[in-house]
Amino acid sequence: MHKDTDLTLTLEPAADSHRPLALTPGQDLTGFIAAHLGRAALLFITCSSVLAVLLILVFVIYRSVAFLTSYNLADFLADKAWHPTAGDPNFGALTIIVGSLYVSCAALVFAVPVGILAAVFLSDIVSWRVRNIVKPVVEILAAIPSVAYGFFAVLVLAPWMQQKFGFTTGTNALNASLILAVMALPTIISVAEDSISALGRELREASYSLGATRMETILRVVLPAAHSGIIAAVVLGMMRAIGETMVVWMASGNATQIPHPWWDLSQSIRTMTATIAGEMGEAPEGSAHRSALFAVGVLLLILTFGLNIVSEYFLTRAKKALGKS
Amino acid sequence: MKKAIVGTVLLLLASGAAAQAETLQLEGSTTVGPIADAFAEYFKSVYPSLDITVKKTGSGDGSAALVDGRCDIANMSRFMKDKEFKDAVGNGIYPVAHVVAMDGVCVVVHPSNPVKALTKDQIRDIYAGTIKNWNQVGGPSMPIVPISRDTSSGTYETFEKLVMSKQAMAAGVEYVNSNPQAHARVKTTRGAVGYVGLGFVDASVRALKVDGILPSRQTIASGTYPVTRPLFMFTNGYPKLGSMVHKFCTFYLTEKGQELVEAKGFVPLTNY
Repeated sequence: MHKDTDLTLTLEPAADSHRPLALTPGQDLTGFIAAHLGRAALLFITCSSVLAVLLILVFVIYRSVAFLTSYNLADFLADKAWHPTAGDPNFGALTIIVGSLYVSCAALVFAVPVGILAAVFLSDIVSWRVRNIVKPVVEILAAIPSVAYGFFAVLVLAPWMQQKFGFTTGTNALNASLILAVMALPTIISVAEDSISALGRELREASYSLGATRMETILRVVLPAAHSGIIAAVVLGMMRAIGETMVVWMASGNATQIPHPWWDLSQSIRTMTATIAGEMGEAPEGSAHRSALFAVGVLLLILTFGLNIVSEYFLTRAKKALGKS
Repeated sequence: MKKAIVGTVLLLLASGAAAQAETLQLEGSTTVGPIADAFAEYFKSVYPSLDITVKKTGSGDGSAALVDGRCDIANMSRFMKDKEFKDAVGNGIYPVAHVVAMDGVCVVVHPSNPVKALTKDQIRDIYAGTIKNWNQVGGPSMPIVPISRDTSSGTYETFEKLVMSKQAMAAGVEYVNSNPQAHARVKTTRGAVGYVGLGFVDASVRALKVDGILPSRQTIASGTYPVTRPLFMFTNGYPKLGSMVHKFCTFYLTEKGQELVEAKGFVPLTNY
């Protein structure tokens, strides 16, 4: 045995033994060019996705310029009347901006407690084997097409809410936010669970060794330590909710009104995404209406970019905190 | 370039060349579009070499395309306007209208609702938000849930034109994106009122009399039901008898054509 390894070591030539140590100027040049060309090609491929984002951004802004320059921005952002096809059209987007934020926040009210508790359960309480079964199943929720959720909302949830709670209409803010909550859950659970379990054993063992119970450990040690990751999870969940189109289009009722009183979830509302999806088809090319819809798209982009930056900030903070401990 | 291609095609046809790749271009209304699509699908199965395209852009665009000679048939949910007609004649195009179907929009309510009839003005006031409760129109005290199709649909266009008479829909009106969804919402909501094509009225929703007239195939085909409009296909002159354009524009007169018109939720003009 020992002899064999010895033999191979001595007999096998070094990989580069045939290559001359000094390169000719020609070889040197081709090597130089090939390395740089390869680098450029890879850079281009990587950039294409960045480019796609930039192109979308430029396109949406470009198409909205006609509206944003001719219409009073204050009226656009603060006026409640959205009558794009009336004889004297009015493009007040406040109602639909509020609608988008309203359902997204309501969805978070449902999804955040459930999501964080589920994440804690998966990371700290249930056995590793069960966790490895449950987590992928939860993530499958994200793979259900949103139109399927939409059908469920219209055909099952809406009639059920009318019968059970006596709502005048079943396609309302509550319906949309419940469905959005379910859709945001996989994101929240997955990201929060990752950051909670990434904290490691030492932290928990230290807590136990000081005499803390499991509940004390989770509430006073684990959750505070993982707070950055959890906040990032919530923000990502909100992004999912705010950008969702099909479900809110089908489940929210699409009435252009702000609920009054504000907490009345049983009223029908309309979001920015549903407005774009529902009206883009009929808005004539070159009209103020079409341009206004692109302006709504710009607002949506600004919102999601903002949320994205916030989530990135907290995710990097979570990583840094882990590095320190 | 285009003329050259048309010329070549004509030459090929005239010389009786083997490959008779005929084309049929349709453009126009999104309401008539589904009928044209259904006809086109059937025509493709009967004449496999026929190349049909149906563009759904809007009645105005359809008319413009016919005037410019960019299409053989313009689908329109309204008659040509004065200016469009003059432009056409000025361009050497003589528009001929073929009414291929009638479009009647039925106002429907939940079957348990005792209200049996509304006037057009009452319906407009409901959608405009001035009538909010069924007891204002002779029903029980129950809030009205008005349900509309979204603004990009042809049904919405018909309803808005024939019922709303330029009044804006109220903020509380709900929007749904298809006839089946409007039907599902009315079926399951006691206080709801909605509007759908005649093909979507069944036992689970009840159609109301409008201005005293119940929507039916007869009242819509004859135009006595108030929320009714004819759907047109316009051609340049009356098409040459036996040509593909002629076959297409008169297809609604056949039994199969009637069946397809009905399947799309419109009212045929024939009765087999």
